[in-house]
Amino acid sequence: MERLKLVLQYFQSNSESISNGICIVLALVSVKLYTSFDFNCPCIPQYNKLYALGVMFVPPLIFFFLGILVNRHTGVMMEECLRPIGKRSKNPAIVKYMFTAMMQRALLAPMVWILVTLLDGKIFICAFSRISNSDLSSHVHCNILSLSQKTTELLMAKVPCKEDMIFRNSTFRKAVSRYVRCYSQAIGWSILLLLILLGALGRLIKPCFDDHATNLQTRYWSNYLDIEQKLFDETCVLHCRDFARKCVVQFFEGMREDTVLRLPLSPEVRYNREEDMVDQEEERLHGITKQEQMDQLLETWFKCKPELDITKMAYRPRVCVTWEDHNGKTIYSDV
Amino acid sequence: MDKFRMMFQFLQSNQESFMNGICGIMALASAQLYSAFEFSCPCIPEYNYSYGIGLLVVPPIWFFLLGFVLNNNVSMLAEEWKRPTGKRVKDPTVLRYMFVSITQRSLIAPMVWISVTLMDGKSFLCAFSVDLDIHQFGNSTLIEGMSEVEIITLLAKIPCKNIFDQPNVISREAASRYIKCISQAFGWFFLLLMTSAAFMIRAIRPCFTQAAFLKTKYWSHYIDIERKLFDETCKEHAKTFAKVCIQQYFESVSGEMRSLHKNRSSEDDSDNDDDDKKKGDKDKLLGIHAQDDMNKVLWNWHTCKPPLALRKEQPEGESREGLGPTGADSGPNGLANGHAHNDPKREWAVYYSKV
Repeated sequence: MERLKLVLQYFQSNSESISNGICIVLALVSVKLYTSFDFNCPCIPQYNKLYALGVMFVPPLIFFFLGILVNRHTGVMMEECLRPIGKRSKNPAIVKYMFTAMMQRALLAPMVWILVTLLDGKIFICAFSRISNSDLSSHVHCNILSLSQKTTELLMAKVPCKEDMIFRNSTFRKAVSRYVRCYSQAIGWSILLLLILLGALGRLIKPCFDDHATNLQTRYWSNYLDIEQKLFDETCVLHCRDFARKCVVQFFEGMREDTVLRLPLSPEVRYNREEDMVDQEEERLHGITKQEQMDQLLETWFKCKPELDITKMAYRPRVCVTWEDHNGKTIYSDV
Repeated sequence: MDKFRMMFQFLQSNQESFMNGICGIMALASAQLYSAFEFSCPCIPEYNYSYGIGLLVVPPIWFFLLGFVLNNNVSMLAEEWKRPTGKRVKDPTVLRYMFVSITQRSLIAPMVWISVTLMDGKSFLCAFSVDLDIHQFGNSTLIEGMSEVEIITLLAKIPCKNIFDQPNVISREAASRYIKCISQAFGWFFLLLMTSAAFMIRAIRPCFTQAAFLKTKYWSHYIDIERKLFDETCKEHAKTFAKVCIQQYFESVSGEMRSLHKNRSSEDDSDNDDDDKKKGDKDKLLGIHAQDDMNKVLWNWHTCKPPLALRKEQPEGESREGLGPTGADSGPNGLANGHAHNDPKREWAVYYSKV
């Protein structure tokens, strides 16, 4: 339990590791699905290959789509790609970086499925059990070579099916299965080796071609976009809540039958609401109090994103007060 | 137990993840129900097809409707749809968005059922074993000798291992393998179709309507939160209303009792909520000190409930209708509408600052 909590906390620490976590979960789901899937080779000459290759390639496609769908960065990337320029210039390198990262993550689960399929061998045997006569003669000793072409085909198509009565306890079937499985595993291991080599080479050689400084910038701004999107959503939710609360309270107060008069503030009267609550709520509303304002805000957020310059907010000028007595002499000053 | 608690906390953290949680639970329930369900094909030519296809199609419909039932947002959607326009304009895109998101969530459990059923293959086998091309799987010489009806009856028995009695005529394993393959191919194809549809909707949608989408998402969330806050405010108001109403009732009875026992009510039992906490035990008794008095209170509560009209407490002889600073300490007071109909309309003073 503690371990699980630690692992979860680690993965939730930043958005990149969340994506990595989801990617790994999908890969594990892919393996689990393969082991629980009851593969049923049709053992009919015309359909074996079609079915087996279908099972080898359609689920990876499904996992690829799923990998792109569950990744949060897809939405961020699409929005960044499609937004009008407005006040903020667009950097294509950021979009490219996010795209490659997304593709790499989405391709993991499909590769895992294909590799597991090849290493297990069942599907390969189903697809390619129709090995040619020449191979047969060199590797397998038995007297089926005298049969006609069609019968040989039918027979070979049934090799993947252990239960068939023809092949009960047949060494021939086992030999053919072993042979095809070896092929399958060899291909599987080669693909794995190739991928790892590519990955290693990519990691080692990329720094020679890339400008590291630009890389740092690109990574920073792509992380920034992700966090900005999340914070915008959170702020919208908080704003929504305060907007709704004020709206409801206003509605209740509007239902009163009494008349309301306005008078100048008398120094003896003080509204006895808690100062903190008022400040907090008003702060969260940020002055947006009407539907049209909110609509305009949301439209502008997409059509004309604000410039990346918060100097004005960070260095808000403070009002300095100077107290002078009736002679003009300074008693106290904030300056 | 700890695991469940953590999961529940995470799921309840916000509305969306709560709905996603329910969606996930229903999908798991659907898969679990399928594995727990004992599929038994009737193996009779007339009923095979209905049973097989019925099992493929009816539970998904049931799960879909259940998804709608369990989703709180359905009543919200209905309310928003049916309300009169009034002062707030209705936005059809918001309604559409809400409907689409509810439908998307409800479709997951049916999809899981259909994929699991197709991958397993039993229902397909049951439904389509009669349509098999017997010459592909059977011994032609033996088949020639059988009548049409006999062939069909035999084909219908293929899904049932126990009662299939003619292995020489048809190879049962080969036939069931063939149909299972077709079923699994359909299953994978169905999954691919659903995933690519979801992909189109989710990943390609930003190309078309991103700004409008942000708007509709915000306002649909707003409607949900507003409804919840309205309910909360109503509840709080009802609590306060009830408290004050009951206090006034006790006081009115205690007032009667006091006049009977020739006592004068000394404390100004103000109906100000803040003072409740400072009241001592004596004040909490609200002037009722004897068994008979209490009995009268309880009897009258049922036989003669007080009207739903809170009275504003008036210290004797003072009018609250003055506007000057002396009348100012009344301030806006949360007591609601419907005060006694024979009171004149009161004037409240609201103060604003010139700053």
